Amino acid sequence: MWQALRSELQPLGLEVVTVGIDAAGAEACRPFIEAAQPEHPSLIDTTHRMSELFGVINIPNGVWIDEQGMITRPVEPASPHPPSDARPFQPMEGLPDHMNEVLDEASRIRVDGRYVEMLRDWAERGAESRYALRPDEVVERSRPRDRANAEGQANLELGAALWARGDERGAERHWREAHRLDPMNFTAKRQAWSLAVPDAGDFARYWQGPLPGREDEWPYATDWLSEVRSFGAEHYYPPIDA
Amino acid sequence: MLLERLRMPVEDFEAGTGWSLKPQGACRGEVCVPLPSAAVDDGQVDVTAVAERLGMPLVEEADAGLWALGPETLSGHALPSAEAPELVLPDLDGNEFRLSSLRGQKVVIVSWAPY
Repeated sequence: MWQALRSELQPLGLEVVTVGIDAAGAEACRPFIEAAQPEHPSLIDTTHRMSELFGVINIPNGVWIDEQGMITRPVEPASPHPPSDARPFQPMEGLPDHMNEVLDEASRIRVDGRYVEMLRDWAERGAESRYALRPDEVVERSRPRDRANAEGQANLELGAALWARGDERGAERHWREAHRLDPMNFTAKRQAWSLAVPDAGDFARYWQGPLPGREDEWPYATDWLSEVRSFGAEHYYPPIDA
Repeated sequence: MLLERLRMPVEDFEAGTGWSLKPQGACRGEVCVPLPSAAVDDGQVDVTAVAERLGMPLVEEADAGLWALGPETLSGHALPSAEAPELVLPDLDGNEFRLSSLRGQKVVIVSWAPY
């Protein structure tokens, strides 16, 4: 998705680096990367380093770094597409009801479409771009983090490490703790939910909630549909403070 | 960052946390936090002592012999400084990539996930 924009902006001195975040490992990312055929660095983050080091709490997200290695915009929702008109959702034939419900809800999520224009402006004008922030603004606008959030991050990483070792129950225990300590970290939630119902076949990673009739087996306090419905899909991504 | 022991080489601590250990203390960009003198000794870091000073939570998973050291909480923000931390991650084929190799260019790091 970012390759086209990269082709346009790379001659202006801007490089794109994409990072696939998944404790399930590189193979889970491979089909998407191979389909995108990136000419830019395309990396794999199995232990949620992007969250630890930069404060990524939902995806897709972008961070800008200038020629001297200074961050000029901290993490914020990033879409490679310009603004588009909302389309009413049409249920897809052959999909399980649950997946249609998820897609219906997801169709109401909006990513701020100004990101592409902002990125173009910065690629062309560098430090003169009105979107390039001062260092103190970058720090101030980076994600607030308290002791509980930081402890949630430690549990997120421990869960990923245990998952990689095949200890699924151990991973779930730490991820539950991560969700409790840092409820705003939606990547931590999606990560855990996406690995909780392997029996959902092709939809396993996207089901993100209990299987019908097997609600007792769901290991987490909440799930994607009930959370998004509770705060409203329109609030899924915060607006960009351009 | 994940660790298997609470005493570790300075380079590993720096790579894992993004904080540099200098004579004046633990530093990230222009921000430096003084450390107790025994916290760094003979190229080794007393992780518990540094963690306490920087407000980094240390969570143990005893059965696996693992600890996770959470990020610092002194600054109250995910970025204590605007200076980008080093990021070292593999690509699909396991080749290690360093963010710092792109110095001299503008960079946008985009995070995504297959779920």
